[in-house]
Amino acid sequence: MEIIMPVFAGVIVLYGVIRRVPVFDLFLEGAKDGIKTLITIAPTIVGLMFAVALLQTSGAADTICGLLSPLAKQLGFPVEIAPMALLRPVSGSGSTALLISVFEECGTDSFAGRVASVLAGSSETTFYAIAMYYGSVGVKHIRHTLPAALAADLTALIASVITVRFFFG
Amino acid sequence: MLNYLWSALVILSILCSFFTGNSPQLSEAIIDSSAQAVELLLTMAGVMLLWSGIMRIAQESGLTEAFAKMLSPLLRLLFPKIKDKPKALGSISMNLTANLLGLGNTATPLGIQAMKELDALNGGSQTASNEMVVFVVMNTASLQLMPTMLGTLRQRYGSAAPFEILVPVWISSACALTVALMIALGGNHQRVLKRGGRWKS
Repeated sequence: MEIIMPVFAGVIVLYGVIRRVPVFDLFLEGAKDGIKTLITIAPTIVGLMFAVALLQTSGAADTICGLLSPLAKQLGFPVEIAPMALLRPVSGSGSTALLISVFEECGTDSFAGRVASVLAGSSETTFYAIAMYYGSVGVKHIRHTLPAALAADLTALIASVITVRFFFG
Repeated sequence: MLNYLWSALVILSILCSFFTGNSPQLSEAIIDSSAQAVELLLTMAGVMLLWSGIMRIAQESGLTEAFAKMLSPLLRLLFPKIKDKPKALGSISMNLTANLLGLGNTATPLGIQAMKELDALNGGSQTASNEMVVFVVMNTASLQLMPTMLGTLRQRYGSAAPFEILVPVWISSACALTVALMIALGGNHQRVLKRGGRWKS
């Protein structure tokens, strides 16, 4: 699987060369936009890392995990990822901050680290997408959008645990 | 939303620290957190610039459009009522392609454009049309094929095989998307039945 990233990049560059577009100029242009994105998310990351640090150091995260752990054990679900799973639908940057804290506490290649990774890769910031897209056209009655979207988040959570168990034993 | 959540996290955590006796450690944690945030940003910076650059090549060379064309038979299935509305369908397919390729920043404006076209077809109603529900729900599921940022973060934090999670990610995403679409389309179907089979959009 490690080969997929270079192949992906290679195919794109090759296609650009075949279509005779100024490949490197375009690369520079796009990368410049990348800087803009980075600057846009920087304050969010700092603010949320602050909140996450408080959540963990104060013992609040442990309290939440402690409350959820009997249920989590029953379901074979790594309780360490509970804060991340709860924040995932609300904030992308916030859940990235929590993903990192799972990596630091349990290791990337631990059961919790892998489940957290799969969950991060298979879910989106549900509330943000709903608010932004419906907000952009002034739709107020969103009918069954929310149940469908939240069911997807829950499915991603369950599927993360099952797939990690299946692939990594 | 984040205004409430963020303030709740901060205030409740500080209150909680009085009960757990961890208050003295908080100031150190606060200082560390900002340093960690900058470290995380630096880790993300390289990969974000690199892939923004590479994906720009994909966009300008027409690769994204070629990909979007491949999607259109699938879209006709998911949006049967608008299969003769090429403009709306085109925006939807470009948005989904951008999501598949992990072009978050490109996906958003394309998605808003798609919503505007769906809104026009819906007569500017305040109630979401069937197509809007399906479209927004697809955007709340993760479609990204190549989670480059996730791989980078895994590598940076010590993974021996950062992309070993790729197949599980695809399977998990596919499950989530399937459930989302089933509920979205199922709910749409119910509405059609309630209205005696007539639902204009």
